[in-house]
Amino acid sequence: MKVRILQVMWVVCLLFLTVFLLHADDVQAQTSALRGKIVVDGSSTVYPVTEAAAAAFRKDYPNVDVTVAISGTGGGFKRFVTGETDLSDASRPITPKEFQAAKENGVQFIELPVALDGLSVVINPQNDWVDQLTIEHLQAIYLEDGSARKWSDLNPDWPDQAIKVYSPGTDSGTFDYFKEVVVPKGKSFRPDMSTSEDDNVLVTGVAGDRYSIGYFGASYYYENESKLKAVPIVNPSTGKAVLPAPEHVINGDYAPLSRPLFIYVNYNSLRRPEVRRFVEFYLEHDTKFATQVQYVAVPEDVGAHAEAFLKQRLTGSTYVTKAMAKSEGGLRSVYKQANLLDTK
Amino acid sequence: MEHAHPDAGVSPAKLLERRNRLRSHRTQRIKESGIVSSLISATVFSVLVTLSIIFILGVETTHFFLQEEASLGEFFGQTRWNPLLGSEKHFGIWPLVCGTFLVAGIALLVAVPMGLATAIYLSEYANPRVRAGLKPALEILAGIPTVVYGFFALILLTPSLKMLHEGFGSYNALAAGMAVGILILPTISSLSEDALRAVPQSLRDGVYGLGGTQFDAATKVVFPAALSGIVSAILLAAARAIGETMIVALAAGSTPKLTLDVREEIQTMTGFMVQMALGDVSNFGVEYFSMYAVAATLFVITFALTIIGAIIRKRYREVYE
Repeated sequence: MKVRILQVMWVVCLLFLTVFLLHADDVQAQTSALRGKIVVDGSSTVYPVTEAAAAAFRKDYPNVDVTVAISGTGGGFKRFVTGETDLSDASRPITPKEFQAAKENGVQFIELPVALDGLSVVINPQNDWVDQLTIEHLQAIYLEDGSARKWSDLNPDWPDQAIKVYSPGTDSGTFDYFKEVVVPKGKSFRPDMSTSEDDNVLVTGVAGDRYSIGYFGASYYYENESKLKAVPIVNPSTGKAVLPAPEHVINGDYAPLSRPLFIYVNYNSLRRPEVRRFVEFYLEHDTKFATQVQYVAVPEDVGAHAEAFLKQRLTGSTYVTKAMAKSEGGLRSVYKQANLLDTK
Repeated sequence: MEHAHPDAGVSPAKLLERRNRLRSHRTQRIKESGIVSSLISATVFSVLVTLSIIFILGVETTHFFLQEEASLGEFFGQTRWNPLLGSEKHFGIWPLVCGTFLVAGIALLVAVPMGLATAIYLSEYANPRVRAGLKPALEILAGIPTVVYGFFALILLTPSLKMLHEGFGSYNALAAGMAVGILILPTISSLSEDALRAVPQSLRDGVYGLGGTQFDAATKVVFPAALSGIVSAILLAAARAIGETMIVALAAGSTPKLTLDVREEIQTMTGFMVQMALGDVSNFGVEYFSMYAVAATLFVITFALTIIGAIIRKRYREVYE
């Protein structure tokens, strides 16, 4: 008899549990039917924007697991072109070589600009002698055969101390972009600079050394504004020195170091509802995410192009020409449907 | 005369028992051999892993030296290491070796005196209860994840060093070396203490009998008697310091330099491999394979240290009856 009662109690308990679980599942299903995993890798410069998007997305869709890794733009593309990742963060457009690799692997993608960045040149806050630098100054400091190894080489009034040079690593898009602007063809960076793919390592380095200089995305500068000082860079066409402030980036005064940031979306991954929703969500709010981390939103007309690209699934890159060269020109002139070249 | 059967006259119950005992012997033997063979296979497995690591290192290292830009002469004859930047790539291992030995040297300078003092105190002076509490506490130091030591060096040691002297860089050899020193301290103190304690009490008693003090016993008799064990403990710790990775990757920097200036940023062999493995390799080119050449060099160095330690332990061991 006793056993009977126990059994009945068990059954009732189990029933309750099942009903409860079913119900709980039901409740969750209402708020977030979407579940799955989205794998993002790439630039540490774009990381803050994508991470802001992922954080906001997780709030609305708690069952979707978005992981954002930092291997640098090149490192990210290496995985992206084999179809390993769903999204790739990039602080420079895809290169013809990477484009070719995607083509060989049958990977199609959509190219979407999500923010503008003023690549910031930073010095230690205790550096009270530098008030502006020109691209020529940067060349003297960063080139292998550059003339400046001490601060006094740039200006005799400056300290007779070696310049401690920091730079993002060779796998980072920031490195590539800076190289494109500062290092002329046939020249190369000095080999004795201190490099890291992790911008926080550079922040620590420059923040701890009075005679140092470094560069990285504006977001990392603004996040560490108390530990670093940004250098106004002389715009070669106007001759005026400007800081990487948002207003200067958007109106084009912060040239030539301002640049567009992209995400690349694997076309096949877009078939998965969670990826589709995430990318739509990202583009809907990209202005908010970009400004949240002190970047600048892409101009409205460019943003409209991006939305059209996504909606109509226009795959390919606008930055690779039919002759497998890199497209020249600013974001506004390049990012057009007419310039699209597909990997198909 | 007919031989009596050995079982003759034994009761059937005893016979049954004897048979059972024989049978249980047999199952015992099968069990035993099963255990032995599983132990052997575990040993063989670990040896195989080691061999395959050596094999892969060898293959990839040869691959590196077969590349156009690299050569054995350059690897050992050049004093510049810049596989990634600059107009010309240089593969001279010495800056990395120098960085490694600089850090390991600083670590030993920190850990050897402190570790030996600790060992002598624990084995010769501390009473058993104090020792029972202190020794595990010291060994906890070895259990702290090395990444914690790395941050300790970066966030605490480097700023303190900077306060003492302005010339220290944000990443420098001294802070990293000191952190590695703390890491290997328990290895030295614990193994040396074991060696000291293995010296028989009669030797100490002899010193007291001759009118020596406790200090005389410790320094003039016990310490020399345990020297082989102490030296091999130090060599083991040195191998650990040379192979230490996370601390130097975090706190020592990433510019290979042929320097003995401890204020400067350097790069060790392990630090270079971390940098390579974490995404700095842009393709499967010569710089990627250089990682294996560096790994092989590191392996040879630590292997040599281990062997030397074993030889010293064997040859100079003083055995007391």
